[in-house]
Amino acid sequence: MTSPPPALELDGIRKEYYGNVVLQGVDLTLAKGEIHALLGENGAGKSTLMNILFGMPVIAETGGFDGEVRLAGAPVAFGSPEEAMAGGIGMVHQEFMLIPGFTVAENIKLNREPLRPTKVFKPFGNALRRLDEGVMHADARASLDRIHLDLSSHVLISALPVGHMQFIEIAREVDKSAIKVLVFDEPTAVLTEGEAETLLGIMRELAEQGIAILFITHRLEEVMRVADSVTILRDGQRVWSGPKQETSVEHIAETMVGRDLESDEVPVLAARDEKPQTTILEVRDLAVAMPGESVRGLDLDIRRGEIFGLGGLAGQGKIGVANGLMGLYPTTGSVKVNGAELRLNQPRESLNAGMSFVSEDRRGVGLILDESIEMNIAIPAVEVKSKFLRGPRSGWLKSFGWFDGTAARRHAESMIERLDIRTMGPSQAVGRLSGGNQQKVCLARAMVLDPDILLVSEPTRGIDVGAKKLVLDLLVELNREHGLTVIMTSSELMELRSVCDRIAIVTEGKVAGILPPDAPDVKFGLLMSGEAV
Amino acid sequence: MSESKSPIVEKIREGVIGFGMARWIIVAFLFIIWIVAALWTDENLGKMFGDCLVRTGMNGVLVLALLLPVRAGNGLNFGLPLGIVCGLIGGIIGMEFAAEEPFGIFATSEFLSRGWSGFIFAHVVALPLAALCGLALGWLVERVRGQEMMVGIYVGFGAIAGMCVIWLVIPVKSQELVLPIGGHGVRQTVLIDDYYTRILDHWPRSAEEGASAPEALLHRVFDFGTMEPVEAGNAKPRTRAEARSWVPHRKYTGFFVPVGVLLYWLGMCGLLALFLRTRIGVAMTAAGSNPDFARSIGIHVPRMRIASMVASTMLGAVGILVYSQSYGFYQLYKAPLWMAFPTVAALLLGGASLKKASVFHVIIGTLLFQSLLTTSLPVVNTLVKDSAYASSLSNLPEIARLIIQNGVILYALSRVTGGRK
Amino acid sequence: MNRLVAFLAANVVPIMFLGISAAGIIMADLTLSSVSSDVSERVFRNLFLVLSLIIPIVAGLGLNFGIVLGAMAGQIGLILIQNGKIGGLEGLFVATAGSIPLAILFGYLTGLLFNRTRGREMITGIILGFFANGIYQFVFLILAGPVIPLHAEDVLLTKRNLDGTVSPLMGLRVTMNLTMIEAALDYPLEHFAPDGWIRKMSASMFGDRFAGSIPIRFGGVKWATIPILTLLTNVALCFGLTWFLRTKLGQDLRAVGQDSHVAEVSGIRVDRCRIIAIIMSMVLAAMGQIIFLQNMAVMNTYQSHEQVGFYAIAALLVGGATVSRASIWNAIFGTILFHLLIVVVSTAGSRLESPQIGEYLREFFAYAVIGVTLALHAWRSKRG
Repeated sequence: MTSPPPALELDGIRKEYYGNVVLQGVDLTLAKGEIHALLGENGAGKSTLMNILFGMPVIAETGGFDGEVRLAGAPVAFGSPEEAMAGGIGMVHQEFMLIPGFTVAENIKLNREPLRPTKVFKPFGNALRRLDEGVMHADARASLDRIHLDLSSHVLISALPVGHMQFIEIAREVDKSAIKVLVFDEPTAVLTEGEAETLLGIMRELAEQGIAILFITHRLEEVMRVADSVTILRDGQRVWSGPKQETSVEHIAETMVGRDLESDEVPVLAARDEKPQTTILEVRDLAVAMPGESVRGLDLDIRRGEIFGLGGLAGQGKIGVANGLMGLYPTTGSVKVNGAELRLNQPRESLNAGMSFVSEDRRGVGLILDESIEMNIAIPAVEVKSKFLRGPRSGWLKSFGWFDGTAARRHAESMIERLDIRTMGPSQAVGRLSGGNQQKVCLARAMVLDPDILLVSEPTRGIDVGAKKLVLDLLVELNREHGLTVIMTSSELMELRSVCDRIAIVTEGKVAGILPPDAPDVKFGLLMSGEAV
Repeated sequence: MSESKSPIVEKIREGVIGFGMARWIIVAFLFIIWIVAALWTDENLGKMFGDCLVRTGMNGVLVLALLLPVRAGNGLNFGLPLGIVCGLIGGIIGMEFAAEEPFGIFATSEFLSRGWSGFIFAHVVALPLAALCGLALGWLVERVRGQEMMVGIYVGFGAIAGMCVIWLVIPVKSQELVLPIGGHGVRQTVLIDDYYTRILDHWPRSAEEGASAPEALLHRVFDFGTMEPVEAGNAKPRTRAEARSWVPHRKYTGFFVPVGVLLYWLGMCGLLALFLRTRIGVAMTAAGSNPDFARSIGIHVPRMRIASMVASTMLGAVGILVYSQSYGFYQLYKAPLWMAFPTVAALLLGGASLKKASVFHVIIGTLLFQSLLTTSLPVVNTLVKDSAYASSLSNLPEIARLIIQNGVILYALSRVTGGRK
Repeated sequence: MNRLVAFLAANVVPIMFLGISAAGIIMADLTLSSVSSDVSERVFRNLFLVLSLIIPIVAGLGLNFGIVLGAMAGQIGLILIQNGKIGGLEGLFVATAGSIPLAILFGYLTGLLFNRTRGREMITGIILGFFANGIYQFVFLILAGPVIPLHAEDVLLTKRNLDGTVSPLMGLRVTMNLTMIEAALDYPLEHFAPDGWIRKMSASMFGDRFAGSIPIRFGGVKWATIPILTLLTNVALCFGLTWFLRTKLGQDLRAVGQDSHVAEVSGIRVDRCRIIAIIMSMVLAAMGQIIFLQNMAVMNTYQSHEQVGFYAIAALLVGGATVSRASIWNAIFGTILFHLLIVVVSTAGSRLESPQIGEYLREFFAYAVIGVTLALHAWRSKRG
């Protein structure tokens, strides 16, 4: 057999993080000149796989991995991204790794600048050799030409439109002479339609020049247009792999989401007797400028007394909805709570309207880490509801009512008992608690405001199984017994499907569709990929 | 490992650890100085302890002024000189009212210039001014997030330098204020002897000094030794033995508790501690500890930060008035230029950091730092008096102050990891 | 019109300074020629120090208030030659050579500290300067003499004994007359023997009175004096800096300064680059301080370095530099403008009012310009 070895082979890749298996024996083969789409939900293991491929330090720091990576048939073990790059693997980043004040050529040649010879400064190695600007611009020109970008190499990056930056990144990777494998990580996410079109064209062309391309995306339609073959990961396993011709958008969507019958950590609820009907929250044309999770014109109607799920892939905007409703990021649109118009961008207004929020950013927004449990629960109540205060509570002196530590402590103690917070006492700093217990404190601090609507974002992220169940049970209990309306945002579709009455999938900042929890997998998969159901 | 101990032992253990290594070292060092002073110098220990208390009360309000900005997340307020300048303006304007024709337009008022009423009038002038300046400083600092301390330093320097020019041209008429040459502009140092020198320090006065009956009674309660306001501590002990004994010798100890100034300061500390437990105080602390958290519960974080700067500037103004009444002079022009730095160092020495500070840190820090400064200078001077190197060695305490003061600030700066990477 | 507004907005600080200076000259009716010769002298002795600030700005460390330590290194070099009685150009050379290793050491330590206090380098630099000043005083006021074996009696503080003899004490003198290297760079020929071949040669070529500086006369009055060697040194530094910023290391520093995260990802060793930038700045500052002091010819042992960083930074900012952007032209224009203002304000102040007012105004403007520039920068960068 004389056929050349594939450009890249991943063979039985297995990786654990602290006993948590995130990749269980993944194989992947990438031929020269092939565009291979790598698909999967968040947490399916795509990023870990890329970290292994690029030799990111985090992998070695957490105990390395099992399996083998072969580049053009030869086993490699990269110790750092630099080594991987030297080995011929390139990455087009989702967030641009470009220096705005540098010219296009300087960026393309960053830290790989062609240098002029020197005699005088030889002892200093390359440090004091002059840059060879002629060669720099010539090389940059060549790379730009290779991807048909008609742009002067002397322009500053900061003067370019956002869409062009992606192309400069590609030009930089292409400029690396030994480039064999190029990874595109969600390259079209920030591009306009026309630009995305151009990008796909460039990908095809690069593939024809013999570069093997690994294409990570959520847009299945793009996969069907440019990819040669497809690999789908789910829960750290390769669940499907094959040529594009053997699959379809529906098939991919279903395979990506597919319910894993073995993982039944979360309770599946019995259907409720009567369906909630009246609208409590009416959202129209909501746009939230939350970096990385922007919402762009979203409409929603939440019914009183339901548990409403917001799902979708990371970066599509589901997280932005609750943050926008709470006034934490610049928001436009119209929101009506119980029929009354809500003043946006004013956290206090949202709180006064009866909304309360458990943030996805537990340690950043959710808690004051070096404050005690009791203060973390009490401070919101003091501020919003004038609870736990002695002395004047209204009138101009109301800011000077003072804090009733005993009442706050009593309340904290009761919450500790009710939520089973494992702690040494209410005066322990929350920073010392485990993730699950911190989340319980977050819930306690949201509940102390006696909300009508509870917004919960990623309530089970990074907490252990026992705590997960407790948190979800608590949400259901609050909903069923106290009639609280719950809007739950989660990346784990399973979780949403186990507790929600209805689930909206947010894709590209809009609601792609609303599904009942028992809808078939394929529908969820399609909505997540921006396809119509 | 965890053996059960009685709760009291445990409490004490926690207290000892919580007090912090740095502070124990300083306490130990202070004791060494005192022992050295008692054994090898003629220093009057009673007077020395009294001086420590005076200096503590004198600087205490200034240190207290730094508390709220730290709590609200503005870091160390190096812009303190702005408040100081406001306090000085209040003081000078008040004193001018003793002149025949204050500023050439008003009528003489002993009431507004001298005694308690004069001291209070200085506050009345200074505080609104300080509130305005604090508002401006807060507004500025809020717009330069991340560089608050840098901008603070230069606002402070700028305020002092700008005031230097203004002091030179102010048309004061009072003979005690005006520059001897030129006929306008204020002197470098203004003696406040006949106005309200040590008015706080020496409260309560004795009956002979014209105090009312309750005040005189209080005076007798706190009468540890020589209480004559001016001669306090000047009474020379006759023998070394007398000098060493700091047990109150009615006549010679010189030990003196500046009751009024300590009460004034500790009272303010208490008020601030209470304030921190009010709704707005809790909000301010939350805004400083975690601005995102605070915002998410509807606290207007910038407003809290600005408010903290207003309070700080106002306390700075009060601080310099308290400082000056104890010192006996208003020091104008460039004298307050460096005042922020030892003040900041005192707070940090008390155990505060760039992000955390409490009234306790203020009290401990001021007491320790000022005691250190007050006692080391005379002790070292006496010790090296006979050395051939006296002239150089006498600089040791000042050098040590520079190193400790800035070392403490540097340490605090390097302890918090920088925000952006 | 919009471009005019934009230009004015971008250069508000220099324009303001020019305006105040012009107003001062007119109001106090100053002689232009004397102002210009004062300014030129100050520019030549200060420019090198101002230029030493550029590299850290390019590398994203902001204004290096830590150059106080570099200046200290320079002064230690001068103390060494004073103690060893080495004068003239030779003395300057030895002082520089002696101060460079120290400057490198100080720069390295400062760089380590700055890497720990990322984002707060400037305030750390200020406080570090004060702290180092304490150490410096300890070393030269207490240790010098008894511990550090400096011996020359015109270096140490002395005591006149009863028998009329003079014995050295502890600590260095508060002011030192640097007569041996006085203007050694500005007027190098004066430090050569009058009948030596160098003097003879220069006399035959440039005339008897030429000592290394050329007076510029115009309309019968002297407008400036150009010290040839000092000028050449500064020009060489300008070219050196321009050249350096186009080398590999220079490009790395620029990348780090623009976006340290991207630089890190691209494999540039960010922390190392930042330390190198500080070391270079310190070395240049040490040399700058030596150039400054050879012109002044008097060194305030415990004070000369204190305000160095502060005045150099003010000058650079006046030239339109910001915390994140500085060029050689900013340094040159800034030094000229800043010292123009200082000369005008001090002379105008003393002519119109009292001499003090000029001094206070000068300080006020320096503080204000730093404060305003910092505030403007922080403000702009916050708005994006």
